[in-house]
Amino acid sequence: MADNMKAQRDAYGEVLVELGKKYPNMFVLDADLTKSTKTVTFQKEFPKRHINCGIAEGNMMAVAAGISTCDNIVFASSFAMFAAGRAYEQIRNSICYPHNNVKVVATHAGLTVGEDGATHQCLEDLGLMRSIPGMVVLAPSDSGSTKAACRFAAEYDGPVYIRLGRLPLPCVNDEENYKFELGQADVVADGDFATVMFCGPFYSLAMEVRELFAKNGLNIRVVDVPCIKPMNQEVVKNAIYDTKAIVTIEDHNIYGGLGSAVAETIAELNISNRRPTELIRIGAEDKFGKSGSPKELLAAYGFTAEAIAKKIIAAVCPEFEGEFKF
Amino acid sequence: METKDFAKNMRKLIVEAIYNSGSGHPGGSLSCTDIVSVLFNEEMNKSPECPKDPDRDRFVLSKGHASATLYAALALKGFFPTEEMKTFRKIGGRLEGHPDMKYIPGVDMSTGSLGQGISTACGMAVSGKRLNKDYRVYAVMGDGELEEGQCWEAFMFAAHYKLDNLCVFIDFNGLQIDGEITKVMSPLPIPEKMKAFGFNVIEIDGHNLDEIRAALKNAKETKGMPTAVVCHTVKGKGVSFMENAAGWHGTAPNKEQYEQAIKEIEANG
Repeated sequence: MADNMKAQRDAYGEVLVELGKKYPNMFVLDADLTKSTKTVTFQKEFPKRHINCGIAEGNMMAVAAGISTCDNIVFASSFAMFAAGRAYEQIRNSICYPHNNVKVVATHAGLTVGEDGATHQCLEDLGLMRSIPGMVVLAPSDSGSTKAACRFAAEYDGPVYIRLGRLPLPCVNDEENYKFELGQADVVADGDFATVMFCGPFYSLAMEVRELFAKNGLNIRVVDVPCIKPMNQEVVKNAIYDTKAIVTIEDHNIYGGLGSAVAETIAELNISNRRPTELIRIGAEDKFGKSGSPKELLAAYGFTAEAIAKKIIAAVCPEFEGEFKF
Repeated sequence: METKDFAKNMRKLIVEAIYNSGSGHPGGSLSCTDIVSVLFNEEMNKSPECPKDPDRDRFVLSKGHASATLYAALALKGFFPTEEMKTFRKIGGRLEGHPDMKYIPGVDMSTGSLGQGISTACGMAVSGKRLNKDYRVYAVMGDGELEEGQCWEAFMFAAHYKLDNLCVFIDFNGLQIDGEITKVMSPLPIPEKMKAFGFNVIEIDGHNLDEIRAALKNAKETKGMPTAVVCHTVKGKGVSFMENAAGWHGTAPNKEQYEQAIKEIEANG
């Protein structure tokens, strides 16, 4: 398992070529970032179906919409900040309102962009994309789930947003056989004390939290939630019934993304008043990012097993605080 | 039907639809009517029997607020009954305030947010080029719309990819909601800017059907670059009290004004 490391965007570049062979009507668009987003691999293989739109993301998204109306599947990529952020209105009005067949695949999402700092660290894209009617929102956790998400998106008729990060991540899901469907959520480890639900680059962190509690005789359930919208209600319901707390971890503002989607689901299920469940949202706490190495930034913003464990103990069993072994 | 009569019938349907709905955009709808009439009645390969034909010519109304003009042309060409114009901008109908490609046969792109339609037209044109299709793509833009930066991103794109299957009509009526375009935020000089952006530029009287026809011929014969037809037009053309009045951008006529407008349109030509 986790010995192999691979960046999601490398998997994206590979799966684009695979899909380009399968779908002769598939186009890939980029905005002067072909080497960073890795659409360059598709460009080399299918130059006629790759279009570099230059540094003009708003135009790119509407061009993508126009191409899709001619019975084509379109993947359009840029950094999350400029895809979901700058081109939000083009995605809303030209792609989603007419339900056009465009897949917006955004790389370099979140704090883990690192040294480029706040202007390039998009912490709001899940919220922006989740609020658009009919948009499917995915945040896969490794190379295997990235490939599966892209295969799903190519098959699905309508707009899909796929959020990828910059860093190499442990390879957990099989690149060939891992399957993906709407509402995907995978219980990767079971437990009855608390449920950690994560998306994106946090498999290792979630497992570290689990190990920390295991040392103290408590079992944490870990759930990978690559499909942010539509949200899998069942895993949330089970977490409420089976465990004392739900912890969400995302490289995103705590407002608008996975944490919000889980909070809404808990409220709508209307069972938490009978089954008191603490919700702890780990993410950027309504803050912009900063420059620094991804590791330093994650520590500074509270993405460490120790910081998360402390929050869980304080919320669920404060009496245990002094005895907990870190 | 002669295109002159087609345009006249379009004008009647436009004014009637806006009057019935009590809302809409008569000024900019009437200024681009003659352009749209030539495209739908003579030029474009489009059929109501097969509105999604992959080889059809595409039409994008980038100035989507002139939806009544597009709907009038589609109704007269049989894409839906003219009777349906009564549902314009009303709940329960499909003739949305701005064109909706999901439900209205013959609408190739949902538009309304200015600056986006032209980009989607570029997408249709580049797809045609890359997949060796023969269809042509026509877009109608407003002059005020040129204030949106995205238009210029799209123009760069069209010239860069040599989209000679794209022909853009600019409805240069000189007025926008807040007044004269030169006073609000001047996009002038339009022909010179379009030339600098790599377009084949033709300047015409946008109400002269022969000049519109000649521009279309010129555009088809031009290879290696997109064409922009800068059309000098009159906002509210055909209804005396609406002509050259910014106030008629987004206002519906009352009963008396409506009756007067229909009388004038019928009397003209």
